[in-house]
Amino acid sequence: MIAHAETIPPARHPLVSFILRWTLTTNHKEIGTLYLSLSFLLFLIGGAMAMIFRAELAEPGLQFVAADFYNQMVTLHGLVMVFGAVMPAFVGLANWMIPLMIGAPDMALPRLNNFSFWILPFAFFMLLSSLFMEGGAPNFGWTLYAPLSTTYGPPSTDFLIFGVHLMGISSILGAINIIVTIFNLRAPGMTLMKMPLFVWTWLITAFLLIMAMPVLAGVVTMMLTDRHFGTSFFEASGGGDPLIFQHVFWFFGHPEVYIMILPGFGIASQIIPTFARKKLFGYPSMVYATVAIALLSFVVWGHHMFATGMPLATELYFMYATMLIAIPTGVKVFNWVATMWRGSMTFETPMLFALGFVVMFTIGGLSGLMLAIAPVDFQYHDTFFVVAHIHYVLYPGAIFATMAAVYYWLPKWCGNMYNETLGKIHFWTAVVALNLTFFPMHFVGLAGMPRRIVDYALPYTGMNTFASFGAFLLGATQILFLYIVIKTVRGGEKATDQVWESAEGLEWTVPSPAPLHTFETPPRVD
Amino acid sequence: MTGSQNKQRKHMVLLGLVAVSMFGFAYALVPLYEIFCDITGFNGRTFSQTTAAEAPSEAIGREVTIQFLAKVGRGMPWEFRPTESRMQVRVGEVSETRYYARNYANQTVIGQAVPSVTPGFAAPSLHKIECFCFTQQSLEAGEEVEMPVRFYVDDDLPADVGTLSLSYSLYPVSASKMTSVPIEEVAAVHTEEHAAVHTEEHP
Repeated sequence: MIAHAETIPPARHPLVSFILRWTLTTNHKEIGTLYLSLSFLLFLIGGAMAMIFRAELAEPGLQFVAADFYNQMVTLHGLVMVFGAVMPAFVGLANWMIPLMIGAPDMALPRLNNFSFWILPFAFFMLLSSLFMEGGAPNFGWTLYAPLSTTYGPPSTDFLIFGVHLMGISSILGAINIIVTIFNLRAPGMTLMKMPLFVWTWLITAFLLIMAMPVLAGVVTMMLTDRHFGTSFFEASGGGDPLIFQHVFWFFGHPEVYIMILPGFGIASQIIPTFARKKLFGYPSMVYATVAIALLSFVVWGHHMFATGMPLATELYFMYATMLIAIPTGVKVFNWVATMWRGSMTFETPMLFALGFVVMFTIGGLSGLMLAIAPVDFQYHDTFFVVAHIHYVLYPGAIFATMAAVYYWLPKWCGNMYNETLGKIHFWTAVVALNLTFFPMHFVGLAGMPRRIVDYALPYTGMNTFASFGAFLLGATQILFLYIVIKTVRGGEKATDQVWESAEGLEWTVPSPAPLHTFETPPRVD
Repeated sequence: MTGSQNKQRKHMVLLGLVAVSMFGFAYALVPLYEIFCDITGFNGRTFSQTTAAEAPSEAIGREVTIQFLAKVGRGMPWEFRPTESRMQVRVGEVSETRYYARNYANQTVIGQAVPSVTPGFAAPSLHKIECFCFTQQSLEAGEEVEMPVRFYVDDDLPADVGTLSLSYSLYPVSASKMTSVPIEEVAAVHTEEHAAVHTEEHP
């Protein structure tokens, strides 16, 4: 706003200028930074909650927290990580990179962009302040099942519902912005099939968002009216059914988890070709596979409900449909590996995170395939086996992809190279820590340890102690990551415009750091 | 407004409509599931309410076991249980059982029984001619009663079903939703007819 040298800036206190700049900006780069910063803050908060319950689970018995507070931590951890860490991080990356990658000066709807971001701090303030309300924070798991949430939930549940409404609005408006941008602002010559894959995966994710988030808005509104306005959507005594909560929630919930990974697939598809010095293998099949995954994601929600007493035909259908998703996913993994085949490879930090993503997301995918087999899911359902699965696809999946993207693009954003040694220490410590944390959960889950419990039977002790130790180590790596990012932003070896020897894409044609305004005239793409 | 801005606005409106429609779709799922469950009988909630006139005139089919279950819902100060836990019936035969209810509260309480049949795909085959679940039931303080259910099993019952379970969940009805018929009227009609048939086997 006050950027041009020609205008005479009004005499303002620097703090006022700072606040006005960051609250009123419509610039995609600044809004991207805002999203990424908020996401990292919430990631640390969600992680702190995990430290609390991992401390409690390190030994059998109740040592540190009351059972109800433990349940609040588990619930908020899920909500904060899903809605506050993973989703805003990907939106931040989208904001920074999509205009740069398609040669556009900004997003199509810059003021809507600002609004979409600034909803979030309010939403999370509401959600987190529930901890201090009478009755405590929501304590029924991030999946909000009725009737635990409707009939038995604490008063703060209503604040959770409003918070979810706000986050949903933010996501939907952001998704509309992204689709309109991608459809309308691509540089001349950039056809859809010439777009970088990160842009493709975000285009598809944005469609998932506008179709799935409103369903979540609907189901939490039904929760609200059941709680206070005399409806009985989920109350058998009024003719309703708790089971329909699960159906409607998971109709949203399954596309949601693909929303949380598809941009990560796009990031891997950007980074691996750069460090293998070879073009991405099978670009069209990558696009079609992503579309297939997105379409299939809408018709498999029942696999979260195998143990609810669904009829056999229904269980079979959902089992087969869910297994089908493994095929396009396998195509993508194959293509990443094929990209590296006969490539000329180096292993800088972004590549390490991207490769860690491919290997360990696949492990998570394999446990997912096990969960998809309906008859055996009766053993795995609601055990720590599920916790292992989700954390393998989310941590080495979504989070590693985000960290890979940060290491990859940070030099472009701030003009300085990060410290490669520190980056490698971060990566390897994180790999050890996350495997120490989440791999044992496969074993205790298969052995029957339920999830969402404050205390467990004695035989599960060993694995839980390992897992808690790993969790604390993982928490420490976040501090290291924070240090690395701050250190890099403040100074370091200057980055070139190209940054990475073999990186391709319009974002590498602008200076490092990227000026506030780029591509004011669209480039010609051949 | 330039052409490209027009296009953008068109996209925005379209996408906004998609979002709003999906919100409506979430609500639409409620009746959609009702229809789906009615057609398929899943969830055991298909309630076949019929009249005595439509009942078959003679029992023609195989023997089937019917089990009776009861559950008292949260906040309901009644004792509520079947008077017999199971019954052998022939397909097509009109049978009757009774459920016992007693109000332990100090004031009149109105309840609504919600039936459920297992297995769900057999639910459409269980036809109720009369049932205390058709209406709300009102009991005064301390009052007890036996409430009849008359039913028959249709011959469209799947061949592999040998046992049906009929379960009632009893819930309190708030004052604002009262539509009750006093239980005495319902009970009086049948006391004479079925005094002889009355059994006292406890579940």
